[in-house]
Amino acid sequence: MAPAVPRSGDAIFANVERVNAELFTLTYGAIVRQLLTDLEEVEEVNKQLDQMGYNIGIRLIDEFLAKSNVTRCVNFRETAEVIAKVGFKMFLGVTASVTNWDQEGTCCSLILEDNPLVDFVELPDTCQGLYYCNILSGVVRGALEMVSMKTEITWIRDMLRGDDAFELQVKLLKQVPEEYPYKDDE
Amino acid sequence: MIGAGKIKQYTNVLDKPLNKGRHEVSLGAFAYLFSELVQYNQTQVDNIGELERRLEDAGYAVGTRVLELLCNREKGNRRETRLLGILSFIHSTVWKVLFGKVADSLEKGTEHEDEYMISEKELLVNRFISIPKDMGSFNCGAFVAGVVRGVLDNSGFPAVVTAHFVPVEGQQRPRTTILIKFAEEVLRREARLG
Repeated sequence: MAPAVPRSGDAIFANVERVNAELFTLTYGAIVRQLLTDLEEVEEVNKQLDQMGYNIGIRLIDEFLAKSNVTRCVNFRETAEVIAKVGFKMFLGVTASVTNWDQEGTCCSLILEDNPLVDFVELPDTCQGLYYCNILSGVVRGALEMVSMKTEITWIRDMLRGDDAFELQVKLLKQVPEEYPYKDDE
Repeated sequence: MIGAGKIKQYTNVLDKPLNKGRHEVSLGAFAYLFSELVQYNQTQVDNIGELERRLEDAGYAVGTRVLELLCNREKGNRRETRLLGILSFIHSTVWKVLFGKVADSLEKGTEHEDEYMISEKELLVNRFISIPKDMGSFNCGAFVAGVVRGVLDNSGFPAVVTAHFVPVEGQQRPRTTILIKFAEEVLRREARLG
């Protein structure tokens, strides 16, 4: 029996301290703007956003596991569901849905209809290659890596480029078993 | 393209309706994002002054947009023309929308006519930040100082805004004060308006 029942995303979100989403949105916009000014190359900015997301993800997973009481996920399907329903809700206040499972169950898509990062945002013509929300792909990748799953995350659909939703493809590359850092006989 | 799906697609972001501003995200999400902002800027600069300036610039951009958003949504597009008006707008409305509460206090400087101070026991952005000893007086509140400067500048009240730690008796963490020093022209105009 699990010691504590896993809490739903809504319940956790109601219990954490919250801030205005607009402050969050505008701060993220300031970050992207700073990166674009400094790096100038859209590809570089994409990479830097992914790296920042990765740094966030490796720390975010601790808070997630502490607050949500989820039990160990049995398979990748469950992992994706937990990320979409609990993870996104807990931090961004929106839920995502999981679709497009492939045959082996290692690749799926997270669909976000509502994304607080992109309120008020429009991509100018000079930045057409920019994945504005690339920080999210880094966050998911970093968080999953800390729970022993190596993944590859790509954007399939992007609302800022004219699609109707945000679609993030999460592909499980391999499960890395946790390495015990100390030798047993020492 | 205007799609026929369940969500109406707006070709222009300016055509989208403004939401009422009830949307929230977790404090953790904002704290992580802010820490990444500071960490990234640390790699780009050589000294603390530069770092504060960059944070302030980021805040300035936020302040500009916040002013536009709030003027439209909260005040029905009315423009503040008086000094006390804009200060109380920042102290109550802007603070309430961005940080969920009004600022702790708004004071007029005693030594100089052109100085005002907004104080806060603990700035939201500084909540999970500890400054190492070798960074001296660096304050991440420079971001908030930038927000205030953005709001003031774009309302026609040019000012120099800085953030300072003020140690308080009996409290472990110092209070943060946002010091606003208005430009000459603002005081002259204020005197003229009587």
